[in-house]
Amino acid sequence: MGKRVRMPGNGAPSEGLKRVDPEAIDTIVAAHAGHEGALLPVLREVQEVVGYLPEWALKRVALGLGLSLSRVYGVATFYSLFTTKPKGQYVIRVCESAPCHVQGAQEVINALMRELGVGFGETTPDGRFTLEAVSCLGTCGVAPAVMIGDRVYGNLTPETVLTVLEEYS
Amino acid sequence: MRMFRAHVLVCAGGSCSLKANRAVQERLVSEVEKRGLSDEIKVVETGCFGLCEQGPTVVVYPEGVLYCKVTPDDVPELVDEHLLKGRFVERLLYQEEPAAGGAAAYQKIPEMDFFRGQVRIVLRNCGLIDPESIEEYIGSGGYQALGKALAKMTPAQVVDEVKASGLRGRGGAGFPTGLKWEFASNAKGDVKYIVCNADEGEPGTFKDRLILEGDPHAVLEGMVLTGYAVGARKGYVYIRGEYGLSIERLEQAIHQAREQGFLGSDIFGSGFDFDVEVRVGAGAYVCGEETALLESLEGNRGEPRIKPPYPAQVGLFGKPTVINNVETLANVAPIISNGANWFRGYGTERCPGTKVFTLTGDIVNEGLIEVPMGITLREVIFGIGGGIRGGRQFKMAQTGGTAGGCLSAELLDVPMDYDELSTVGSALGSGALLILDDTHCIVDVAHVFARFFEHESCGKCTPCREGTMRLSEIMARISAGEACQGDLENLEALARTMSMASLCPLGQSAPLPLTSTLKYFRDEFDAHINDKQCPVGTCRSLAHRAALVTTGKEE
Ligand SMILES: Cc1cc2nc3c(=O)[nH]c(=O)nc-3n(C[C@H](O)[C@H](O)[C@H](O)COP(=O)(O)O)c2cc1C
Ligand code: FES
Repeated sequence: MGKRVRMPGNGAPSEGLKRVDPEAIDTIVAAHAGHEGALLPVLREVQEVVGYLPEWALKRVALGLGLSLSRVYGVATFYSLFTTKPKGQYVIRVCESAPCHVQGAQEVINALMRELGVGFGETTPDGRFTLEAVSCLGTCGVAPAVMIGDRVYGNLTPETVLTVLEEYS
Repeated sequence: MRMFRAHVLVCAGGSCSLKANRAVQERLVSEVEKRGLSDEIKVVETGCFGLCEQGPTVVVYPEGVLYCKVTPDDVPELVDEHLLKGRFVERLLYQEEPAAGGAAAYQKIPEMDFFRGQVRIVLRNCGLIDPESIEEYIGSGGYQALGKALAKMTPAQVVDEVKASGLRGRGGAGFPTGLKWEFASNAKGDVKYIVCNADEGEPGTFKDRLILEGDPHAVLEGMVLTGYAVGARKGYVYIRGEYGLSIERLEQAIHQAREQGFLGSDIFGSGFDFDVEVRVGAGAYVCGEETALLESLEGNRGEPRIKPPYPAQVGLFGKPTVINNVETLANVAPIISNGANWFRGYGTERCPGTKVFTLTGDIVNEGLIEVPMGITLREVIFGIGGGIRGGRQFKMAQTGGTAGGCLSAELLDVPMDYDELSTVGSALGSGALLILDDTHCIVDVAHVFARFFEHESCGKCTPCREGTMRLSEIMARISAGEACQGDLENLEALARTMSMASLCPLGQSAPLPLTSTLKYFRDEFDAHINDKQCPVGTCRSLAHRAALVTTGKEE
């Protein structure tokens, strides 16, 4: 957070990603228009539909809600659950906070990096997994914890985390 | 209501859900059906019972037998033995001393060390009722406080009762709740808001999630009461996006409460209107800070505002707003039902009531507990917590999460409440307790604390943005054995500047975990700096770690 980012994309939906009808965005905007504080819920839904928040979608949101693009872009890049870049099919979010750290999160991270051959912020060449380091997921009772998609896995070891990965291959 | 001979409660708190509890529950239902017992035995999915490390847990009533680490394959035996023949399955019974060998003896739940020291006000229903059933909440006394307030009390009386109870905010800062309500109640304007802060992001804290998963109506009832007290008609719950099950259960509870007339217009025919909307966060620790949360609710970047004005005067959309934590709100209905004096019967003079703690680290019973304020760390760790895992030596406890302070063994007998912990340079904070044994290097852990703040600083004010980065750099050098002369002095100077000059408590409290570890474990820092050695021997891996890029969507 707080760092400057270059605006990615050239404004058109990228090749190879799911094609989304730009009007789907207008529908989302229309459902929220007039509600105060609508920008976050709108961006959430747009990301659900498009998979990420490309420039063309942000422009459309800005236009629809009558906000400046810079305002919309500022919000889209502030929050860690929003992404302006496409990610892998499954995002693996590994908790790096202290309670997980002291229960062996680093070994779990090492195992994941070895297995997937990627570092934090990177996506496997087959586009399946993106590995991310995150702060506490709120499941520290079963530390160390990892979230894949919207599922949480706890009490992981370097061995069990690989078994978990198999569920996704 | 049908009468059942036995109730089988399966913990469906998120922690257990991740341990295949769904499979256990499904298997229970099918095995019970197979034996034609469906009319006699009811399988209920409950919220968290507290013993996360022991999950999935199953409790069988009326006996109150607690089974731990149940797998789907254990279910047929459990049904045959316990539910048909009335014999306990000894190998699955909860054991106070794990790995003691042999089967455990049956203990009544209230007699177990884990539960004996607990007082459950906030968690009154967690693990005991089906959180997806409003009938069960009502059946256990739910919405009676609301009925009482609307029928017999003026809004001012509700404020006064909460003021008299001495309830203080459980989100971290410990501000007197009644006073906050009074400010908002006195503020001019006919549009006011109630916001429930469920953005829980403090590392080591998962109480709000388990309260919302285990008893969502308790929080809703608290919100409606707050709305009545201050004259608000609309409430928002701001909940972090990762808490899928909480969001689901809360949405469902809101729907049920509307159907039953506990939310909506003219509640109980009193003429009072109140409704609640759920807003889902998008991942930013700083949004737990109340003014950043308001910014986020308004659709902006979650950057804290300068205070004053306080939210009670100028809050959401510029209107007077009460922001309370989930746990604070869950305390409200019991206070209204039982009165301020009853509440003051628990806890300490200046911090009445209970506190929910989440136990993590090297402790036997990792999980969720609720105890009277003022309990000592020793009682929590060695009583309820079951001691240090593997019989090892206690080394350090961090209270209040990563933004809290660290305590060494000499301070095990400090009573834990907001005031006492701050006098020893720590904080009660959200109630997270991280317990470490002697196999951990304090410098390594302190480095993790520093990295957390570097990552989570929102970047709005310079002392915090630059300070958290420099603190993290210094800690990386120390733990890699590359510290330069003056690093510790710089760290201390930076800590002073940050705590004085940062805009919000994120930057103000970021140095606390470092200065407090430095205070109690200076020799370990010195060993890394002067002797280039890690006495515990865990810091080698960090050289490799530091070389990796930490994530971020931003490069
Ligand atoms: C960085 C930061 C994070 C915070 N996170 C939370 C949080 O997750 N939940 C919460 O209730 N309060 C959090 N707080 C405290 C809130 O600012 C606020 O004091 C609290 O919500 C007020 O409610 P209470 O009086 O009921 O505690 C945080 C504060 C700071 C500075
Ligand atoms: S610290 Fe990892 S989930 Fe909380």
